[in-house]
Amino acid sequence: MNLAFHAGAAGNAPALPGSLRAEPLLSRWLRFSAEGHVTVMPGKVEIGQGILTALAQIAADELDVAPGRVRVAAASTPGSPNEGVTSGSLSVQESGIAIRHACAEARALHLAAAAGRAGLRPEQFVVQDGRFLGPGGIEIGSYWAQAEAVPLEMEARGDVAPKPRAGRQVAGRSAPRLDLPDKLFGRARFLHDLRWPGLLHARAVRPPGRDATLLELPGAALPGDAVPVRHGNFLCVVAADEWAAEAAAALLARRIRWAVRDSLPEGTDLRGWLDAAPAEASVVAERQEPAAPAAHQLSACFTRPFLTHASIGTCCAVALWQEEALEVWTHSQGIYNLRADLALTLGLSPERIVLHHVEGAGCYGHNGADDVALDAALAARAHPGRPVRVVWSRAEELGWGPLSPAGLIRIDAAVDADGRLCRWDAELRGNGHSSRPGRAAHPTLLAAAHLDPPFPLPVAIDAPLAGGGGAQRNAVPGYAVPALRVTLHRLREMPLRSSALRGLGALLNVFAIESVMEELAAASGQDAVDFRLRHLAHDARAQAVLREAAALCGWPRRPAGDGTGTGIAVARYKNSGAWCAVAAEVEAAEVVRCRRLWIAADLGEVINPDGAANQLEGGAIQATSIALKEAVRFDRQGVTSDSWEAYPVLRFSEVPAVELRLLPRPDEPPLGAGEASLGPTIAAIAGGIHAALGLRPRQLPFTPDTLAAAME
Amino acid sequence: MAVAFTLNGAPVALEAPEGMTLLQALRGPLALSGPRFGCGAEACGCCMVTLDGDPRPSCTLPLDAAQGRDVGTVEGLGTPEAPHPLQQAFLDEQAGQCGWCLSGILVSAEALLRREPDPDEAAVRAALEPHLCRCGAQNRMLRAVLRAARAMRA
Repeated sequence: MNLAFHAGAAGNAPALPGSLRAEPLLSRWLRFSAEGHVTVMPGKVEIGQGILTALAQIAADELDVAPGRVRVAAASTPGSPNEGVTSGSLSVQESGIAIRHACAEARALHLAAAAGRAGLRPEQFVVQDGRFLGPGGIEIGSYWAQAEAVPLEMEARGDVAPKPRAGRQVAGRSAPRLDLPDKLFGRARFLHDLRWPGLLHARAVRPPGRDATLLELPGAALPGDAVPVRHGNFLCVVAADEWAAEAAAALLARRIRWAVRDSLPEGTDLRGWLDAAPAEASVVAERQEPAAPAAHQLSACFTRPFLTHASIGTCCAVALWQEEALEVWTHSQGIYNLRADLALTLGLSPERIVLHHVEGAGCYGHNGADDVALDAALAARAHPGRPVRVVWSRAEELGWGPLSPAGLIRIDAAVDADGRLCRWDAELRGNGHSSRPGRAAHPTLLAAAHLDPPFPLPVAIDAPLAGGGGAQRNAVPGYAVPALRVTLHRLREMPLRSSALRGLGALLNVFAIESVMEELAAASGQDAVDFRLRHLAHDARAQAVLREAAALCGWPRRPAGDGTGTGIAVARYKNSGAWCAVAAEVEAAEVVRCRRLWIAADLGEVINPDGAANQLEGGAIQATSIALKEAVRFDRQGVTSDSWEAYPVLRFSEVPAVELRLLPRPDEPPLGAGEASLGPTIAAIAGGIHAALGLRPRQLPFTPDTLAAAME
Repeated sequence: MAVAFTLNGAPVALEAPEGMTLLQALRGPLALSGPRFGCGAEACGCCMVTLDGDPRPSCTLPLDAAQGRDVGTVEGLGTPEAPHPLQQAFLDEQAGQCGWCLSGILVSAEALLRREPDPDEAAVRAALEPHLCRCGAQNRMLRAVLRAARAMRA
């Protein structure tokens, strides 16, 4: 969504597919070695989603080499193509398609070279595990033998078609994750595991509130050889031993004196704050076609709290500062974007900064990965020539990372006497869903706002709908309705730093839209599935996933007992990505539990079906956690939900059983798998709660407190 | 302080500062990567080790509590060449996403199967209740543990 779409530097191929448009040089994407392997170099990064495996499958297929010969380079600046951010369920569409076409062109160049040498035509060859076999099966060459002789330092031309689907042997079949073995045998693979001679360890000491001034730093002796590093209100401690850094940070946190001021709204009245805060209004979508008069109408307001990423591992970075240049090892989702903000903050030119991606724990959006890179750079600047690693505490991870913003949506909708939707008005309010680095005049990194002088943090924005949107993602219903108006009120103040979390606005919007559809169906005496199908006549693929989920769960599903019920929901992610329908069986006792989920999805072409299923199911389980448990809590000074006790997420005993079906669409373009299931899961759970308890959830999460409010 | 214990079957001895936790020692001077920091409050299971065979979070455990005892981590289970049946089952089920939680979950699962070779799904859930997985791969892990149990009984 942040890619600059322009023609290749030579302007020769404006229609190049995927990320080849912005990065057309073939040599940026792959290289062959004489030793018999090929390295592909995506700009997208592994964030726990298995993308490296899928990209390797695509390359193996297109080149006709055994998957074991494909190596995937970790992204780095300036060595990797700039593919913006690994986000938005776009990695196969952008990186995968670029690699597919780059490999097709590289293969054609190699075959042409072999053919020219042998006086044959390229069509006379078959490629077998990288070897070029001419007539009679005679080997004429190979990628490996020609690795040096065939240069790839040229722009893609866009005139070589990749293999047709029937020719693919690897992409489209489940493949084991390349990274999983290391993770099952306790091998050093994460950034946190790197061990270097001379490595120093640092820990930050955060202020006690969002708006605080460091008054006095006591000169107390610190454990080990730990020393403080201070810039304005940014403070960290650096030591040779990790133990000493942690002990020193804990000691200083107890002894420092700060002045803290109230800066946050009243956490118990989110709706009041959302309505009162100054906002910038825009129209997301509008159409006014002749409509029949309303027979049943509904006005409802749906709200959601701030959410956090709650990654199981905490953010980490290693930085090395020497001779006015900076090298950083990071698990950022967007290394070029991070480089831009580090350059702004530190007053370095981007050319003096090199970034290397190394895996961190699971990442579900813009978390603290970028912030901790600045922490490490500031610590390293005070210790030139020594690599310094910073690891965040659990309290920093839950309390200081960018949050997914609270929001509300008011929907006013109606059906006519025939039970057809005739009007849909929606108004959204909340903070923007992007504070990603590299896009604004000021850096968006946490510590940048704590330096002296501080950089003002830019207020979060929402990408335009054509780029996926933020708060307004999935705010326009996919259902046929003649009169429609959707407006967005993006807040112009940002008391809590807000940014992108898996699904963005789709979490609230799909929950709200699908709830309204359920209620209108009930009000007009129609089955909830039939009512939706009726309004999806223009979208056969949406109908297909909804029918599939309904069949999987046996819709209309009778309650399994008192206090149980099943809900169902459907959405096309971003209105342009994958289709997903989910049915959820809930059991409502003292608290609501989700016991079973049935998921049907249409992801277009699927590279690694098992990996895609893993992503869809994981998204649905994360959404179950969000639906039933999660809310960031804060007082007037800071976030208070900074432990697992205060920010609980789903545990093993609460995980629903999942049945999942992917609809085969191998000839359609790939649509991404990571985020499609979240919105429909939340909405289906809300529907299940209504079926079980007879009340309509309006507020996330669906806890006894908010459900009691819905009863009133 | 001087501390000596058995780590994955081999004796280790180290000189460590007062106040060091077992997790800090394992990841620091003992140079292991398997046990991971997650919260420092025994609430997520990332740092799970066995102490004399029983699962125990290592993030709050003072290092001297390991004195003379038997400490086990994921590194003691198996190798890519000779995987433990649990590691093989997790590979077969592709039970994981980011992988951060896996070391601790394997440690708890191994202790469960030693104690209860034929657990039902509820028993596996109960044994893994101290562990968080934010990626949502729990159902695959439940299947993998039950698969390993079958393989180990065969």
